[in-house]
Amino acid sequence: MQKLGEFKLPNFFNYPPYFTLQPVRETRENQIQLWKELIIDFCRTQKIFVIALEVDFPLFSNAAIERSLSHEAREAFLSALVSDGRAEWMDKGHRKCLVLWHRIQDWADLIVNFVKENGLEDSVMTVEEIRSGVESRGTELHGIDRTVLMRALKLLEHKGKLAIFKGTSADDEGVKFSL
Amino acid sequence: MAGNWLPAAQLTGSGRPVLQPGEVECSLLSSVDLFSEETPSFPNLKAGLVILTTHRLIWVQESTTSPTAIFIPLSAITHIFSLKKSIKSMFASPRFRFQASLGEKGTKGVVVITLILRGKSDIDSFVEKFWEAWRKKAWEDGMKSGSEASGSVLGSGSGHGSGGDGGLAVRMPVVGVAGILRKEQEMWENTDKSLQEAFQDLNALMNKAKEMVILAERMRSKLLSGSTSQATGTNDEEIGTKEEMQELLLSVGIVSPVTKESAGALYHQQLSRQLADFVKIPLERAGGMINLIDIYCLFNRARGTELISPDDLLRACSLWEKFDVPVMLRTFDSGVMVIQSKSHSDVEVFTRIRSMVTTPDALRSGVTASDAAMTLGIAPAMAKEHLLAAEGKGLLCRDVSPDGFRFFVNLLQEVDADDIFLDIRVEVGVASVVDKLREERLVVWTCEKEMCGCPNEEV
Repeated sequence: MQKLGEFKLPNFFNYPPYFTLQPVRETRENQIQLWKELIIDFCRTQKIFVIALEVDFPLFSNAAIERSLSHEAREAFLSALVSDGRAEWMDKGHRKCLVLWHRIQDWADLIVNFVKENGLEDSVMTVEEIRSGVESRGTELHGIDRTVLMRALKLLEHKGKLAIFKGTSADDEGVKFSL
Repeated sequence: MAGNWLPAAQLTGSGRPVLQPGEVECSLLSSVDLFSEETPSFPNLKAGLVILTTHRLIWVQESTTSPTAIFIPLSAITHIFSLKKSIKSMFASPRFRFQASLGEKGTKGVVVITLILRGKSDIDSFVEKFWEAWRKKAWEDGMKSGSEASGSVLGSGSGHGSGGDGGLAVRMPVVGVAGILRKEQEMWENTDKSLQEAFQDLNALMNKAKEMVILAERMRSKLLSGSTSQATGTNDEEIGTKEEMQELLLSVGIVSPVTKESAGALYHQQLSRQLADFVKIPLERAGGMINLIDIYCLFNRARGTELISPDDLLRACSLWEKFDVPVMLRTFDSGVMVIQSKSHSDVEVFTRIRSMVTTPDALRSGVTASDAAMTLGIAPAMAKEHLLAAEGKGLLCRDVSPDGFRFFVNLLQEVDADDIFLDIRVEVGVASVVDKLREERLVVWTCEKEMCGCPNEEV
């Protein structure tokens, strides 16, 4: 079985038609389903949040069978994720894609749990602390993409569970939890 | 219908008359009535297709679903009345009359038959052709050459009967080796003469067409008897060329091609029917489906000098929808047009494709259109159409890479999984035990197993 770093690739990764966008509707739907699962799986285990279409992405080519996805195919698979709500295009030209293996709502729930587990219900943290602080180490929040985190925090702010305030510098924002 | 008065004419499956040996069509007219003014008991035949041949006047009832036909042998005609020119005839539908003695040896008596031409057709030229055919008495030659041809086709040693060669004034008795040699010599000279005459100009060739076909037939039967009697003595190459020669002679084929001249406005309709009869044999040989281009070549070759244009062929094919013929024109999504018999089914082709793509090699590296062409024994363009059709059905999926365009058995599809995957499991399972080196295939196999085992597991 082939491996990509620590990631175990599925068997059909060696099946050449898997890398050609299938023209027949039903076949294509099944193919897209397989690709969606693989992309989500891979991104979650490798903590990848952003896929840039024009840069080599390890998942999109298989040197063993000398096949790689065309730009059209990449865009098709990621678009399928976008329409499922599991990804978002970061620009109009569809060059970069934000992969949400957890939906924003799920990320927000994770933050709430994290806050409760650490007894931080009424305290203040910086955004950077959530991403890379000691408290978040070992949790899924560790190393979270800043854009994703900010979106989740804004969702919680909207619900009145916290307040975001600007720090002295632009990239240093603080959060006041009020659960 | 008219059984009492007139004998029924045989028709082919597509409603074309079956011609006698040596018989050639001269003219066709649509919507013609046939009746007798003087003899009331004579059937009143309305609006049929009249086909004038060198031997017969055939009347085909086309309006019914299964066409029926009767004929009047030209030999029975005793008199053709000349056309009456009068004021009246300018307004009525053109008509002309002839006298014939009907029944076996005139037992039914002499009847004056009137033909009324309802359609827009040129009566003058028809009557002229009618006269010409009647005067030529081609049926008499037909009997002679027919018996002669059948005698030689049988190829029996005692076939040198003198009955068929009554035309030659003086004949030396055929006795001994010298007699046989002389006979051979005579045949050579005759053959040589007819060949030379035939090539003098194209018109002459057309007149000679009938003889050429008989000649071809004769040469074929000669070759056939030769190859069986000397099979032990000749080497393979010789037999090969003989077979090739036979093929060539066989494809000379059509004695009486439908032409614009003879059929006029009915040209495409009649061409269509003739084509339907013609394609049967090549279609069988090609496995139920044949490229339009191939048929164009074969058909024109069989027609000899009366070539048709691609456009005529297409029109003739598209007319098939209107007739009850066992063949049809099919256009693939890519625009490739083929002729296929109505009994031909894609299912059978798909079964063959499936067994082709589930072989160990194909599982690993797929198949190309040319692979399929070789396996299925058809043209690559057709093979590709079949593969694309199979892909459309979800049987295959494609792999486009710098190596080319290949097809694999569809493992992405979960529909019909039991059916298709079972084959692969058996195939791959057995093969992998036998041959460990081909383990790659197992990967495909296990992948497919996983897909079946836990479909669409949510991430």
